[in-house]
Amino acid sequence: MDETTVLIVWVILLPFVGAMVAFILGPRKAPIVTIITSYCIISVVAALTWQVWKYGPQRHDVGGWVAPLGIALYADGLTVLMLIMSIVVGTLVSVYALGYFTDSSISSETGKANHRSKSSFFWVLWLFLWAALNALFLSQDIFNIYITLELLTLAAVALITLEGESEAITAAIRYLLTSLVGAALFLFGVAILYANFGTLELEGLGELVQTGSLSVVAIALITMGLLLKTALFPMHFWLPPAHSNALTPVSSLLSALVIKGSFYVLLRLWFQVFPLEVTMVAGHLIGCLAAAAILWGSLAAMCQKRLKILVAYSTVAQVGYLFLLFPLAAKETHGLGAWNGAIYQTISHACAKAAMFMVVGNIIRAIGHDRIKDMKGVCQQLPVSMFAFALAGLTIMGMPPSGGFAAKWMLITTSIQSGQWWWAVILLAGGLLAAGYIFSVLKYAFIKTEIVNVPLRPVPRCMEWAPLILSLLALLIGFTPMPLDLLRIGNPFPDAVTMEVVK
Amino acid sequence: METMSLKIFYSLTSIALFGIGMYALFAYAHLLRKILAVNIMFTGISLFLVATAQRSSDSNLDPIPLALVITGIVVLVSATAFAIMMVCKLCEKTGMTQLPDEDR
Repeated sequence: MDETTVLIVWVILLPFVGAMVAFILGPRKAPIVTIITSYCIISVVAALTWQVWKYGPQRHDVGGWVAPLGIALYADGLTVLMLIMSIVVGTLVSVYALGYFTDSSISSETGKANHRSKSSFFWVLWLFLWAALNALFLSQDIFNIYITLELLTLAAVALITLEGESEAITAAIRYLLTSLVGAALFLFGVAILYANFGTLELEGLGELVQTGSLSVVAIALITMGLLLKTALFPMHFWLPPAHSNALTPVSSLLSALVIKGSFYVLLRLWFQVFPLEVTMVAGHLIGCLAAAAILWGSLAAMCQKRLKILVAYSTVAQVGYLFLLFPLAAKETHGLGAWNGAIYQTISHACAKAAMFMVVGNIIRAIGHDRIKDMKGVCQQLPVSMFAFALAGLTIMGMPPSGGFAAKWMLITTSIQSGQWWWAVILLAGGLLAAGYIFSVLKYAFIKTEIVNVPLRPVPRCMEWAPLILSLLALLIGFTPMPLDLLRIGNPFPDAVTMEVVK
Repeated sequence: METMSLKIFYSLTSIALFGIGMYALFAYAHLLRKILAVNIMFTGISLFLVATAQRSSDSNLDPIPLALVITGIVVLVSATAFAIMMVCKLCEKTGMTQLPDEDR
């Protein structure tokens, strides 16, 4: 076994081991274990990125077993980008959580014990979540993808329940049930595919799957299941309560990374496995849902009175942009532009939304509530945080020069080039609506008050700088074409210009 | 020939189970019933997978669907245990065994 293949396995193994070690060592050592684990994952993924960059897509059959018996792991440009995205968001959320879980203001003994157990479970579950995400991004086996999706859901739901209040538990139960239905639909689709084509491996399936009544049923089931898990309109009902009732670092992780997991699976299946005749028709259907999601999510966000649920509804709208890829890429000649745009959107939304949720957490910590109308003077109390919020807002609105702008620009260009101008209209309208709800928050936050209140509870510096770094990154993505070069490695549009792979 | 009709019988039963589970999930408000409904849905899928294990009329069974069923059961058991735990917590906190209405 050579080095490259071992690297892929470690990307999955490290967070699993870290989670178990953190669990055994208990609440005091868990943060340190997480930091060490993140450091190890960063170095392994860096090495893997270099391998993919230099030698093209990497593939590994676990334990030397080849398909159909074995499980294949696979890394190309998209995989590596997703891994890097979860590292960037994940480590910064960890930094934020370091401050979040060290609260000196709690005085009672039971309160302290409660807080400590919350914090220790947070680190363990976050590492499990990370392991599930990494495994999901690397899987090349459709049943293994199902397992990783389930791991992801269980870890995410457990993280929501950490908050402990009945609202959070209600939201978590609703999320778990919805997600289980999604998983059941997905699994039934997988079973039908296996019964017909006798393989679970994505590449093999891609060669075998033909348009037929059974494969159409399977594709419909799988797509429905994944749409439920990604919360595309009208299946988004579970998302706002789940994301807004969780603890702040958890909300950041859920909105930035967890929903991207199921979206990634759909991307892979759509462009690697499903036949073109089916995806052409279904793509436009999904496009309609995506347009509805953008408009409805943004409007719902504008109507909210509390900041955290506003940010959660904004996620519903932003998920819509991701799914515009499917109608746009239906015309294959323009596929690459839409593909790049949607993945840019995935990454910049991950950074921006994680930052926004963190800022909301800071506001709640400093002034004790998140009612938008009573936020006068927040800017004087938390200047760094509000600056981060405004920067993240730029990306969410898609104003130049930000990652969100680059993404929307690519999507709009593709929609006009491929003669589907109506999607461009939706994209522009979505940007305007987003500006509406972002500015409605900033309007109140920037009102100057005579008396500057002392923060209710002090906000540690790491909690202010983590969102700022994330929103700066979301901005900087707009300046560099680096991700595009990475994305070209192993992209599903062979007719587009591909990079020379050095042997 | 006989295995073929048996296979179709199993497949149809599995679809029926899946449908019953789906119906019960939406029809009943009690959370334990909902969890049971999800279990019935997954049982249906398991049955479908078992039915596909017999690829041809000779007695060679395809081991992969059976492995999938076992893995699926493991996932389902943990999800069920976790869901029941959450329902207990909810009952402890609010005394309710069903989800409140959407609009609060």
